[in-house]
Amino acid sequence: MTDEFEGMEQVRRIREGDVRTASRLIRNLEDELPEAKNAIRRIFPHTGRAHVVGITGSPGAGKSTLVDALISSFRKREKTVGVLAVDPTSPFTGGAILGDRIRMQRHAEDPGVFVRSLATRGALGGLSKAVGDAVHVMDVMGKDFILVETVGTGQQEVEIINHSHTVIVVLVPGMGDEIQAIKAGIMEIADIFVINKADRDGSHQLVSEIMSMLNMVTDFQGGWRPPIIRIGNCFEPGPFGESMEELAAAIGDHYRRLVETDLLGDRMKRKAMVEIHDAIRDALLAPILKEMTESGEMEEIAGRLLRKETDPYTIAEEVARRRLK
Amino acid sequence: MAEKTIRIMVAKPGLDGHDRGARILARCFRDAGFEVIYTGCHQTPEQIAAAAIQEDVDIVGLSCLSGAHRYLFPRVVEILKEKGAADIIVIGGGIIPDQDFQKLYEAGIKAIFTPGAPLDTIVQWVRTNVQPRK
Repeated sequence: MTDEFEGMEQVRRIREGDVRTASRLIRNLEDELPEAKNAIRRIFPHTGRAHVVGITGSPGAGKSTLVDALISSFRKREKTVGVLAVDPTSPFTGGAILGDRIRMQRHAEDPGVFVRSLATRGALGGLSKAVGDAVHVMDVMGKDFILVETVGTGQQEVEIINHSHTVIVVLVPGMGDEIQAIKAGIMEIADIFVINKADRDGSHQLVSEIMSMLNMVTDFQGGWRPPIIRIGNCFEPGPFGESMEELAAAIGDHYRRLVETDLLGDRMKRKAMVEIHDAIRDALLAPILKEMTESGEMEEIAGRLLRKETDPYTIAEEVARRRLK
Repeated sequence: MAEKTIRIMVAKPGLDGHDRGARILARCFRDAGFEVIYTGCHQTPEQIAAAAIQEDVDIVGLSCLSGAHRYLFPRVVEILKEKGAADIIVIGGGIIPDQDFQKLYEAGIKAIFTPGAPLDTIVQWVRTNVQPRK
């Protein structure tokens, strides 16, 4: 009874935008505490309002600086903003340095802005496992825009598409030849390309490489051809501000296109599918692995595997037969 | 699976750009398995407190080498209290004369580390004093 009351109280506070409650819930989600799952159950009906924008690109491409500038653009339009900034966890110690926030600290005192750093905690794909739920929390807080910044990505970390309505891929000149532009992976997921540090040599070449890559596409989803926006030195406020306006406008245009063509529904469904997959995998697999580890069975099987007495597929079948009846 | 990770913020309040010490500490906390949020230099106490709450950290480590610690450190504690976040521990370090220690303790700074303090001691202090949250 009191749990129920506390739960409702928590939902009320999050809906009112209370940062402490929201941030603690995000933390409990990261730590995978069972009560955090209950909280998601309660807030879930209130989700689905915010425009979620993913920002991805290689380390040092300028993602955080871009997020900082986007916050300003959205605030000028009197929109509220949530930011989830992901940085990598050490595979050795479990520790992490979360430094994206440094670029955004001028917004720290603005009550219309909530910046939360997340560590990957072993998740692959450029995000953290809790990011999907953290988006829900900020959504329920009433943020108009939620900016999700991935870790510095390589070619393959495309998880961000499952969590955003609009994906911005940030590129910088001088990262490779034209073959890089036609490879599969991250170059395919952009709804908007940003050529950052465009005051540097090679930015025009990069633009033309992406253009020729896009020219080969015959059928853009929803008729949306990803625009390419060049953004120069952030210490030259005039031109920088203009390109940021261009970017903010493109984000708005893309969202409108999603709504008009009903692609928004597709993207939301994509996220829903991923959430279902993850939740089922967690519910089925996590307890089995936990029990196998705690009982020492895992250790024993690893021994058998090393002695070549069995192979991973046979073991998987045995475990599945035994536990998933 | 569920494991409670310590989250710590390393912050440099005031007009002081000497962040070598803060960065070494950040690195050392990372190696201790903590999640470290680093704010960078030239932060106001208001910015630091707001960020600490947004990040839901257990503890804030302030570094100040400019001599303004007597104002800046207590101010962070005050604001956290005003915002209902008095449970966030505040510790400090830097060039801090012995005669200021007592004042800072009275203002709610829980520990002070000055040049020469072994990194292990600082990490151990954090481990011992951060209570697992409910």
